[in-house]
Amino acid sequence: MAKDILEKPKGFHDVYFYKPGDDKENTHYCPGCGHGTAHKLIAEALEDFGVADRTIMISPVGCSVFVYYYFATGNIQAAHGRAPAVGTGLKRANPDSIVISYQGDGDLGAIGGNNILQAANRGENITVFFINNAIYGMTGGQMAPTTLLGQKTMTTPYGRSIQNEGYPIKICELLASLESPTYLERVAITDTKHIMKARLAIRKAIKTQIDNKGFSLVEILSPCPTGWRMTPVDAKKWITEKMMDYFKLGVFKDLTKERKPYSPPKMNLNLDEVEEKLGLKEKPPTFPSTMSDIKEQYRNPRIKVAGFGGQGVLMLGNLLAETGMLHDYNVSWLPSYGPEMRGGTANCQVHIDEGQIGSPVVTDSTVLVAMNKPSLDKFEPDVVPGGLILYNTSMIDRKPERTDVEAIPVPATEMADEIGSLRVANMIMIGAYLQKTGILTKDSIFAALDIAIKHKQFIPMNRQAIEAGIEHVKNMD
Amino acid sequence: MPRMEVFIDHCKGCELCVDVCPAGVIEMVEEINKLGYHPAKYKGEGCTGCGFCFYACPEPDAITVYKKED
Repeated sequence: MAKDILEKPKGFHDVYFYKPGDDKENTHYCPGCGHGTAHKLIAEALEDFGVADRTIMISPVGCSVFVYYYFATGNIQAAHGRAPAVGTGLKRANPDSIVISYQGDGDLGAIGGNNILQAANRGENITVFFINNAIYGMTGGQMAPTTLLGQKTMTTPYGRSIQNEGYPIKICELLASLESPTYLERVAITDTKHIMKARLAIRKAIKTQIDNKGFSLVEILSPCPTGWRMTPVDAKKWITEKMMDYFKLGVFKDLTKERKPYSPPKMNLNLDEVEEKLGLKEKPPTFPSTMSDIKEQYRNPRIKVAGFGGQGVLMLGNLLAETGMLHDYNVSWLPSYGPEMRGGTANCQVHIDEGQIGSPVVTDSTVLVAMNKPSLDKFEPDVVPGGLILYNTSMIDRKPERTDVEAIPVPATEMADEIGSLRVANMIMIGAYLQKTGILTKDSIFAALDIAIKHKQFIPMNRQAIEAGIEHVKNMD
Repeated sequence: MPRMEVFIDHCKGCELCVDVCPAGVIEMVEEINKLGYHPAKYKGEGCTGCGFCFYACPEPDAITVYKKED
């Protein structure tokens, strides 16, 4: 406290211009709220270290979601509990930034429990301020993971019990069991002595990050007079008498002296190199639009492909979409599959369109490719009148019942078996589809195949299957 | 003389400053401020400039402490 004047720290905005409404000078916090005090200590540290202009605060979900009203720093608001993951990305992309995650007990201890655990375990060089007020404050005082035994809340009206809700989670102790974190301390916003300890801990945590020494977290026992239904002065006493009895204050880990500074090597991203790595260097061939040359009912198709997992249903749809792109159409591909990679049922929905695609979902399809009987049973009713059904007669022992659609039987599985692999039945179907409609060409499908198939030794067999599908439809005419 | 100052219309009347002041030189007043609270006020003398009230106050801009004469 070497300053002559103690006043609003420069880590805050002078005027809270992001705050809606007329009052741009006061916080939105209740009287006696611990957030205000914690904010003040953080803002003061940012000012004293001179790092506010390279600091990114991450707002949690909770009352402090609005930290961006107040801090003169960058800000990102993360989904509930995800601040440590977002912080990881921010810090890694901008190693020079100071990333501060400000989270409450519901955010950090409940929904984001695994996020904080993994970030701490990776030793991310970020700073977390964990506000523990033993309840969900913003939503009206429900039980939080840190609610004390016997504490009455909206959702524990008889008090938290071990049998029903278990013991309150001690985050500092939990994280201290990990090897990676550098600095972990629990402090309390109560009397001046403890506020000064909190002040030092907050500064030390930020300094740890500035020195590139790794993960730091300060747990701050903080009053919520409104949620606790107490006066601010009584709330302070409640922390001292009740919370501090269970949540012991102190340093749980401090390797700030032992740890060597680590800053990740600077990445000089070269666009050429990135394109090379992503395989974007070789521009794929392009093909002219076919839409105006083909029958009206085959234009801008909404395709549903369905079958057993393992029949190449998703690959079939993927290849259609990939080929559509080579013709410069808009495409979408939406897979839907069960947990079984082989077996089970799978389907995918594909749009190929000259115009814009509103949604990747296909409800009323103009094309159905049914690889097995359950798929025909399930999706036949959804085909629009005048639509097209290609069905795998090797696996389906009935004809489509619809008389208002075009139905093309293809013994795809048997034909694939003759070529040498049951798994190219999907390609037989593609061949049949393109021969029937003309929307894609053999050349464009082959070009897309080169892009879509990773193991190049399988390309000849797939080509052969496509040719066989084409021949099959030709012979039907 | 050191002194503390309350920016009346920033004070939410939580009384934490009164509670921590070792010299007992802060009081709550009868009048109601713009926010609808009885704000705190410096009694006018006896401040030692310790800064306890500043750090206890949750509102960033409600209290300023001048530690030395100005």
